[in-house]
Amino acid sequence: MKTVFSKPAALNDAVMHYCPGCSHGVAHRLVAEALDHYDLTERSVGVAPVGCAVLMYDYFNCDIMEAPHGRAPALATGMKRSRPDLVIFTYQGDGDLASIGLSEIVHCANRGENVTVIFVNNTVYGMTGGQMAPTTLLGQQTTTSPYGRNFNTDGYPIRIAEMLSTLEGPSFVGRMALDTPGNILKARKMVFKAFHMQVREMGFSFVELLATCPTNWGLNPSDSIKRIKEELVPYFPLGVFKEREAD
Amino acid sequence: MSESKRILVKGNEALAMGAIKAGCLFYFGYPITPQNEVPEYMSRVLPGLGGQYVQAESELASINMVMGASSLGVRSMTSSSSPGISLMQEGLSYLAGQELPAVVINVVRCGPGLGGIAASQGDYFQAVKGGGHGDYRLIVLAPASVQEMYDHTIAAFHLADRYRNPTMVLADGVLGQMQEPIVECDDVQPEPRKPWALTGAKNRPMRYLKSLYLKDGELEAHNRMLQEKYREIEKHEVRCDELLTEDAELVVAAFGTAARIARTAVSMARDKGLKVGLFRPVTLFPFPKRELKALSERVKKILVVEMNTGQMVEDVRLNVSREADVSFYGRPGGGIPTPNEILEKIEDSFS
Repeated sequence: MKTVFSKPAALNDAVMHYCPGCSHGVAHRLVAEALDHYDLTERSVGVAPVGCAVLMYDYFNCDIMEAPHGRAPALATGMKRSRPDLVIFTYQGDGDLASIGLSEIVHCANRGENVTVIFVNNTVYGMTGGQMAPTTLLGQQTTTSPYGRNFNTDGYPIRIAEMLSTLEGPSFVGRMALDTPGNILKARKMVFKAFHMQVREMGFSFVELLATCPTNWGLNPSDSIKRIKEELVPYFPLGVFKEREAD
Repeated sequence: MSESKRILVKGNEALAMGAIKAGCLFYFGYPITPQNEVPEYMSRVLPGLGGQYVQAESELASINMVMGASSLGVRSMTSSSSPGISLMQEGLSYLAGQELPAVVINVVRCGPGLGGIAASQGDYFQAVKGGGHGDYRLIVLAPASVQEMYDHTIAAFHLADRYRNPTMVLADGVLGQMQEPIVECDDVQPEPRKPWALTGAKNRPMRYLKSLYLKDGELEAHNRMLQEKYREIEKHEVRCDELLTEDAELVVAAFGTAARIARTAVSMARDKGLKVGLFRPVTLFPFPKRELKALSERVKKILVVEMNTGQMVEDVRLNVSREADVSFYGRPGGGIPTPNEILEKIEDSFS
């Protein structure tokens, strides 16, 4: 019988620790498919963030390094500069990348480091129990914005993809949502593109994935998926913000 | 042995030259006075050697770039001065937790806070007792000459690799800025194989480097293993110098620049007929406990001199015999003790 669907080889047979309805499973799969597609697993090193995905070494079948909170792009820089033959990617959440690690991501992007960053944005701190993130939407209730995020006291949600796309360094910056099959296929294309950019030595590539966090949003998985379309996408528009063409 | 020639260099340049001699081709740093000759030298020389100089956006980033390079098994270094080293404490704790070899140079200036740019030894506690979170130790070497800035940097890479542990060269602004002739080393040990390094999982199972241990008892076991390693380091890597201690009635204990000044004071005291010697810890961790204990049983009087308000003196007090009389003289905040000041303290002890 012809196999039409299977687990990517870049993923291990591990029982997921992520909550039911969380997008990390899909996001992991897209990265693993890209590693498979370009045959990169044996020459990749992933940099794990602080947050839910810190345990990614349980799932990915490639070498993994653990970074301090937010510093993954700096580690990736040190790695790629010393071993340019390896494929280096970071996988970071919004608390990690958009808050404590904002400096590291901006400067890594600005230097055009030839690494790939997968940015999973679920507008909340997941692992620490649902506190406000820099990407938390206005009015969104979290454990540290119990009355809803208020711009007077908390500022506005940061649009990271747009911000990075103003820099000269990046070769690819895109944002897609992990809500519908159609969008997941588009996200897959973006993740593939981001790794392909690195393989072609085009410089820094970045994909933001709008993701669910049913546990901390206090929604069931299907309402969480609806929330992406109804609340996240209007503020965080989908699409490619920057793409450098090969010379 | 080949003919070695003496060359005149600044202490900071000697650090950079030592690193390159040790095979370090990857330098990540952020400018701060008084160690800027290190990144300047590296940015000038490394590209021609096929290496990489990256000027990081912060000390937080530079220590993490070092961590990234080190995790792939290459020799990598950063250098900074006190406020910058404070920012690196997070990374140092992670390097220790993940057992990664890396060399960090601290050309100490005075604090606390922004403090000033003059030399100091106010970072002894931070270097030797921790600084970052958790139970860990750095191997700490304290040079007292430009030659040692060069030699200790080479040694730091060997020690870091041998024990998979971050190693610090604790210098200061005086040593960084002074010029002295050095002889380059023409016999460097080869870099060991690093079977733990992340190199891409080709023809082997994937591996990871981490410091997160969530399962019950796992982290305790990891900590006990680290402490065992530190005991091994204490057993094998202690270095100290003794000068004129055989017949000494009083010994001045000092490290780095303070030891160098104290040496002059000791020789002035000898000229006056006073039986004075010098005890200089070269490794601050591991601290030369046994050597100091043995000495303190012979001499009874120990004068600790530091460019701070008294930090190493605590380790001295912990490791001398019960009867030993330990006194302290220190100049904090960029003050540098003069030989005459130290001589005066020595004479006070004899009167």
